Amino acid sequence: MSDHEYTPKSKLGKWFNDRLPLLTLSNHLQEYPTPKNLNYWWTFGGILTFCLIAQIITGLILAMHYVASADLAFGSVEHIMRDVNYGWLIRYVHANGASMFFLAVYIHIFRSLYYGSYKSPREVIWIIGMIIYFLMMATAFMGYVLPWGQMSFWGATVITNLFSAIPLVGESVTNWLWGGYAVDNPTLIRFYSLHYLFPFLIFGLVILHIWALHVPGNNNPIGIDIKKPSKDTVPFHPYIVIKDLFALLIFLIVFAFFVFYSPNILGHADNYIEANPLVTPAHIVPEWYLLPFYAILRSIPDKLFGVIAMFAAIFVLVILPWLDTSKVRSAIFRPLYKQFYWFLVADVLILGYVGAMPAEGLYLLVARVATAYYFLHFLVILPLLGAKEKTLDIPLSLTEPVLGGSPNESMAKNKKEI
Amino acid sequence: MEEDKKTNRRDFIFTASYALGAVGVGAAVWPLIDQMNPDASVKALASTEVDISGVEKGQSITVLWRGKPVFIRRRTEEEIVKAKDVKLEDLPHPETDEERAKNPEWLVMLGVCTHLGCVPLGDKGEYGGWFCPCHGSHYDTSGRIRKGPAPTNMEVPKYEFVNANTIKIG
Repeated sequence: MSDHEYTPKSKLGKWFNDRLPLLTLSNHLQEYPTPKNLNYWWTFGGILTFCLIAQIITGLILAMHYVASADLAFGSVEHIMRDVNYGWLIRYVHANGASMFFLAVYIHIFRSLYYGSYKSPREVIWIIGMIIYFLMMATAFMGYVLPWGQMSFWGATVITNLFSAIPLVGESVTNWLWGGYAVDNPTLIRFYSLHYLFPFLIFGLVILHIWALHVPGNNNPIGIDIKKPSKDTVPFHPYIVIKDLFALLIFLIVFAFFVFYSPNILGHADNYIEANPLVTPAHIVPEWYLLPFYAILRSIPDKLFGVIAMFAAIFVLVILPWLDTSKVRSAIFRPLYKQFYWFLVADVLILGYVGAMPAEGLYLLVARVATAYYFLHFLVILPLLGAKEKTLDIPLSLTEPVLGGSPNESMAKNKKEI
Repeated sequence: MEEDKKTNRRDFIFTASYALGAVGVGAAVWPLIDQMNPDASVKALASTEVDISGVEKGQSITVLWRGKPVFIRRRTEEEIVKAKDVKLEDLPHPETDEERAKNPEWLVMLGVCTHLGCVPLGDKGEYGGWFCPCHGSHYDTSGRIRKGPAPTNMEVPKYEFVNANTIKIG
């Protein structure tokens, strides 16, 4: 793929590279031509890679001390917190790390939505990304069950019961998932097994995600195709590496704030009560990163259709490259899309908020309107915009707008006038 | 024609091999899937006997059966009348009170909301029965769904009175 032929200098390096061209691969990663106008919203790919590795390492360590058994799990987590050397730190990094992971992935996804990174020829990158996102949700959900607190238990009960909405086989499927007639010890053990497995699946998909990215190369804020390598690109190393590392450091400050100053603020007090199958907590809420989907689930008064709507909310994202028919990628040159984009951001935030509130009265009404708008955005507004929207002129290269000013909307407008 | 015939014979062998292979793979995979179903030790806890001698009128007890809570409520006259007075047309999941409580004084049912499996709270809700705090389902004094997202009434398990003071569930 690389235009530069790399030859290792040492004899050993040459011998090894002839048998396994790993060194040539690392050469490709160094030289990989990257658009020179990438902004900080593009640093979240690197941040997410860090998050995944941090979760895997802390998770491996927690697994050395945790006991997956309904009788012992809750106690073993307290054992980690109180007795294990630095156990509190490792557990708080792992628990808050999940939230940081989702924070980063949401920024990453919304960056893609803004700059049209999911469009041709990057559909496969996007779909792999969505599979990763789905696996992340499954992994996080199962991880949340492991401490076997009240929220763990009842969250698991509610989510696994979603499958009981399937006509005819629903009950058999849920019993199969549980390994019994309710969430119990067999459920906990299999969730532990899968929670251990999924991060490695995600890791494999991340490699495919990056591989698929390196075929067409990065999208960029202007959203135009660029020649590679050219004046429009810089080598990945050191330019992007340093920029990614700097962004990562800033991100780690936020991360460290949560871990050291408010490690429980994103959790629920109820999860410090051991699971009790006889008492449901007064108010069950999932973790914050699942709230928009939870709001969609609850906004539909029918069980089966609620579940369908919730899964459909994820599925419309998967088929997004074919719903957004506009040929222009970046929102910078799409004045109408840009406004609808921010409506969507607000809509998802509202869904998240009402998802945390009780499903009654005004909250329920707001949830219904927001759910309807969510689907309206993807299924009606985007296809219509593709046909109707009058887009601004796009520059021919990254350098073109730079020579006259900066690559932003006002610049593009000026160019048009000229 | 000659060639066609040859191809067909080969096709048949291919199809037969694929079919046999698929059956073999299916047979090998089934144990890997079925191991997740409720195991023998879980199924062994199929029934439980409950002493109800201490339960007064208007009181409920909750017992665990197969990992699920079972509500056993000794209903008051008022509650029984209320449950019987309901018209079947008003019920999303029509069942008479007689079908649900063999002995009208005793209501035995799984304390599991049929929406997403939470445990409803007793003496609450708009119909004087149960209310599920998770997603707002209201049940009446017979445990029938009246309002909210739950699709069906709370399930009545198989049970029998062993004697006046003991109920066997399952």
